[in-house]
Amino acid sequence: MNEFALLVAATLAAGTPLAIAGIGLLVNERAGVLNLGAEGMMLVAAVAGFATGYATGSEVAALAAGALAGAVIAAIYGWLVIWLNTNQYATGLAVSLFGSGFSAFVGLGLVGKKLEETEVAGVPLLRDLPVLGVALFRQHPVVYLAMALTGGVAFFLHRTRSGLVLRAIGESPVSAHALGYPVRRIRLAAVVVGGTLCGVAGAYLSVVYTPLWVEGMVAGRGWIALALTTFATWRPTRLLLGAYLFGGVTMLQLDLQASGVQVAPQFMSMLPYLATVVVLVLISRNPLWIRLNMPASLGKTFFPGS
Amino acid sequence: MTVPRLQLEQITKRFASVVANDAVALTVLPGEIHSILGENGAGKSTLVKIIYGALRPDAGRILWNGQPVQIRSPQEARALGIAMVFQHFSLFETLTVAENVWLGMSGKIPLRQVVAGIRSKAAEYGLELEPEREVHTLSVGERQRVEIVRALLADPRLLILDEPTSVLTPQAVEKLFVTLRQLAATGCSILYISHKLDEIRALCHQCTVLRGGRVTGTCDPTLESNASLSRLMIGAEPPRLVHRQATPGQVALRVRDLTLEKLDRFGTDLHGVSLELREGEVVGVAGVSGNGQQQLLAAISGEDPRAEEGAVELFGQPIGRLGVAARRKLGLHFIPEERLGRGAVPTLSLAHNMLLTRDESLRALGWIDRRALKYQTAKIIERFKVKSGGPAAVARSLSGGNLQKYIVGREIDAVPRVLVVAQPTWGVDVGAAAQIRAELLALRDAGTALLVVSEELEELFEMTDRLHVMARGRLSPSIGTSAATVELIGEWMSGLWPTGPEDGPGVSIGEFP
Amino acid sequence: MIRLEPRATPSMAMSILSPVIALAITAAAGAALFTALGKDPGQALSVFFLEPFNGVRAISELALKSTPLVLIALGLALCYRSNVWNIGAEGQFLMGAIGGGGLALWVTTAEIGMSRWLFFPLVILAGAMAGAAWAGVVALLRDRFNANEILVSLMLVYVANLFLSWLVFGPWKDPQGYNFPQTVSFAANTELPRVIRGMRLHWGTAVALVAAVVMWLFMFRTFTGIQLQVGGPAPAAARYAGFSSRAAIWTTLLVSGGLSGVAGAFEVAGPMGQLTPHVSAGYGFTAIIVAFVGRLHPLGCILGSVVLSMFLIGGELAQSRIGLPSALAGVFQGVLLLSLLACDTLIHYRPRWSRGS
Repeated sequence: MNEFALLVAATLAAGTPLAIAGIGLLVNERAGVLNLGAEGMMLVAAVAGFATGYATGSEVAALAAGALAGAVIAAIYGWLVIWLNTNQYATGLAVSLFGSGFSAFVGLGLVGKKLEETEVAGVPLLRDLPVLGVALFRQHPVVYLAMALTGGVAFFLHRTRSGLVLRAIGESPVSAHALGYPVRRIRLAAVVVGGTLCGVAGAYLSVVYTPLWVEGMVAGRGWIALALTTFATWRPTRLLLGAYLFGGVTMLQLDLQASGVQVAPQFMSMLPYLATVVVLVLISRNPLWIRLNMPASLGKTFFPGS
Repeated sequence: MTVPRLQLEQITKRFASVVANDAVALTVLPGEIHSILGENGAGKSTLVKIIYGALRPDAGRILWNGQPVQIRSPQEARALGIAMVFQHFSLFETLTVAENVWLGMSGKIPLRQVVAGIRSKAAEYGLELEPEREVHTLSVGERQRVEIVRALLADPRLLILDEPTSVLTPQAVEKLFVTLRQLAATGCSILYISHKLDEIRALCHQCTVLRGGRVTGTCDPTLESNASLSRLMIGAEPPRLVHRQATPGQVALRVRDLTLEKLDRFGTDLHGVSLELREGEVVGVAGVSGNGQQQLLAAISGEDPRAEEGAVELFGQPIGRLGVAARRKLGLHFIPEERLGRGAVPTLSLAHNMLLTRDESLRALGWIDRRALKYQTAKIIERFKVKSGGPAAVARSLSGGNLQKYIVGREIDAVPRVLVVAQPTWGVDVGAAAQIRAELLALRDAGTALLVVSEELEELFEMTDRLHVMARGRLSPSIGTSAATVELIGEWMSGLWPTGPEDGPGVSIGEFP
Repeated sequence: MIRLEPRATPSMAMSILSPVIALAITAAAGAALFTALGKDPGQALSVFFLEPFNGVRAISELALKSTPLVLIALGLALCYRSNVWNIGAEGQFLMGAIGGGGLALWVTTAEIGMSRWLFFPLVILAGAMAGAAWAGVVALLRDRFNANEILVSLMLVYVANLFLSWLVFGPWKDPQGYNFPQTVSFAANTELPRVIRGMRLHWGTAVALVAAVVMWLFMFRTFTGIQLQVGGPAPAAARYAGFSSRAAIWTTLLVSGGLSGVAGAFEVAGPMGQLTPHVSAGYGFTAIIVAFVGRLHPLGCILGSVVLSMFLIGGELAQSRIGLPSALAGVFQGVLLLSLLACDTLIHYRPRWSRGS
């Protein structure tokens, strides 16, 4: 029982970076902008966060540095695709390539360094509950932040006027422009929010989750987060569940490896990636279903015209 | 003397190489219905965008109630009391009517209040509208009502309507005019953008005519004739089309009881559509767009090969399941409504665009004979007077009218046995339109069977020998064009034709009671 | 304030100038970075931009590094022109390396006697089939289930990497290799024929150049090539013309996967001579940049590959000569592509000064 509780706890921890990055990308995409640079932003944020944590010893400062790094790169990306009308696919790829090169370069001096471990306090009182305490209430604050964020974004998108404007822009930037909404500025804001959250997720990986800096340590999580937005058909709560599902797959394969199952570790490590493919196949089988839920202008360049 | 509601002085706007507005002057009085008349490309849209704050003029002055103003954004325009109904609606398909209206309003009104506001405005002007419906479930006419109610809720002092009747049946146009007159009686000025002479004469008090970006005249349209307005608009009498009696031959294309479910959520289901098209005749399909024309065209062209084998026949051969290329080989050619992106690839040259529908310059293994291709393209450019940089020019460098001439030329040059055309002259200037219509009629006289789908009733009356009307995914029986009247076709456009397959004569199908 | 104004026709001049400007921006960014790191920017830049061209040997190394990049970029250019976003060329490259490496391993261990010139076409075939099969998975899932090819192809990179890792840590490991994750060194007759005695440059480079010319003819002189380029920019036009979008997905992915696979096979049978987890220096990703620098044009890809392999070699030299990390090459690649895309804006838009606001 306790083992199961630990697996649940580990699942939540592993799903958290996917959830935070995924929610950020979801906001991004709801405004009609696709950012394939997620992986790169997370990598740069991971190295920025780790370096800051190493220098200051403060976890909060480290996460903030990651958020800032993600926001800056996202702002550059946003400027390119929103104002210079560059192709969103190619530019996103460029950000990913840049991020992996830049983080490897900056992080060279940090390889092998360790951060001081901080005690995780968990939720007072509830942490001492049997089973549930271990499973749910002894987590790092960022894990709870991810949950709160999901609720907050869901409320924002579907219950506020600003959220309606954001969705409207993702649906038809031309109409929104005709009504006088500053389409490009709002899109940029959404992109920066996406980058900030990808940054928090990246810093969480290197500062809290591992906590180590290793080249390429994001290991495809940025791409998986992108897949999750489709999987969730752009709904925040579904995205959170999807993130935990993937956290679970990751943990399960580690668990199986540790318990000495007679399968080569490489094949076990393939599981999260194969799971992503399987999930994409299952969710995309019905193109109508995707089209019904996808922000109609996603990935398309909008030029406010004359 | 009354202070004009809106006065434009010397408004000038240049784009890269063209002067869209050249020292335009305009005066609109309170409560006046003022029309801006001009053909495509005359600069009407640019002028309207300047008034609505979407564009800034390079020079000139705007006076609002006698005071000079700067209108820097649509919000500022709305704050002054200017509202606009767009030609291509500025609506969001997946949102509800109320949300759409809400997004078009400034200020912090709760959504609930907006719903109540929609109900009362709709009742006041007799415009039925359900605030909770999602926009994609609405017909085109209903969507326009959303736009109008949105504009009315702002209590405008000036309402701009850009080509509002292109999506309406003649009866619905009458209803719209009633609404507009009622609104003008309250003192609201109306700026009515159109190129339809009859409507302007029926509705407007004043008219400013634009040609090539300049004002060519202002007049009281009720005192003018179509011919005199037309002279102001295009500088000449509209070209007359010589339409000889048709001599129909054997049946070329037959659609029999075609029923098809829509492919996407914004489409229309087809119900039991039947038609017959003979060699040497032009058959027209009238109707407000969005009533299934696109689906019918796709089923005939082969872009949608889901029809039953025998539901579409070409010279007696069932082709319902054949693909586009196979049908084209049998002599069925199609000219789609969208030129850029469907009829031609924007980024490819005119020569390469030939290959979309023509294979004469292909050699073994698909090798392209570039000289043959260039020659073939040049021939079409010359014969159809396409203004372009030659066969190597990319499609998107052409103006809409010239690209349409190229595409029409490409298909006519193939000497098809059946030619299906959608909106042959949509957005094309008068000269090019006349040329295209004449070429299509010449093709008919040479024995080709033509099916023309158009929203422009005038065009259909001018070109066709028989007419069908499409409404709600159904097709009316045909009527000889010489026997048809605008009133009759208008009635049919609401779905009220005598032998409707399921609805008895005179039974309404809801939207237009 | 500068405003952008759409051009009626894309500017041909900017299309060619844009990569040059982007390269200049990258060099300037490099100089700034070197200065910040306390290095002499002149010396550092010469390591990147001049030394890779210094002498026959250097140029032959440059050509050697360009070979996989050209091959992969050709396929990617075709994909991107058709709006098929295959970004998993790295995985297809690795599978090609596994295919070619497996063949070489078999020839080696079974001691099959065949000439290098007979093995040459066989290894091309093995690599092409393995790479195409891997890309075929992407095509199948996209065609049959509509699964996004960007994500699927990328996920398969990780899977291919792990598969390669399993092979060299497991069944294919050299028993006498002191437990290093690598295969035995392949027999001499599996080595690609060399162009110049004493240098690593092999005839695979010529294959890449021929492939570029063939691809150029295919893209612009055949009906199929034109057909493939319709669906990308104008899917409705493709439907109108009756061009199959399914065929486009399959053709582009299989061709691209095959070419990437050949590149992988060349790498193991050429300079590597054995299979290790580090077969690829990220060629599959670098080739994406090559394709864009080369304007998605086959002949441009050749030029683009020279520029990018210059960065790769410059990175290695920078490490040995002036003690800068080779990861710098990755930074440059990213900066180059980003500035290129920014400059490309000027192909379709004209900048204009506007008064006010």
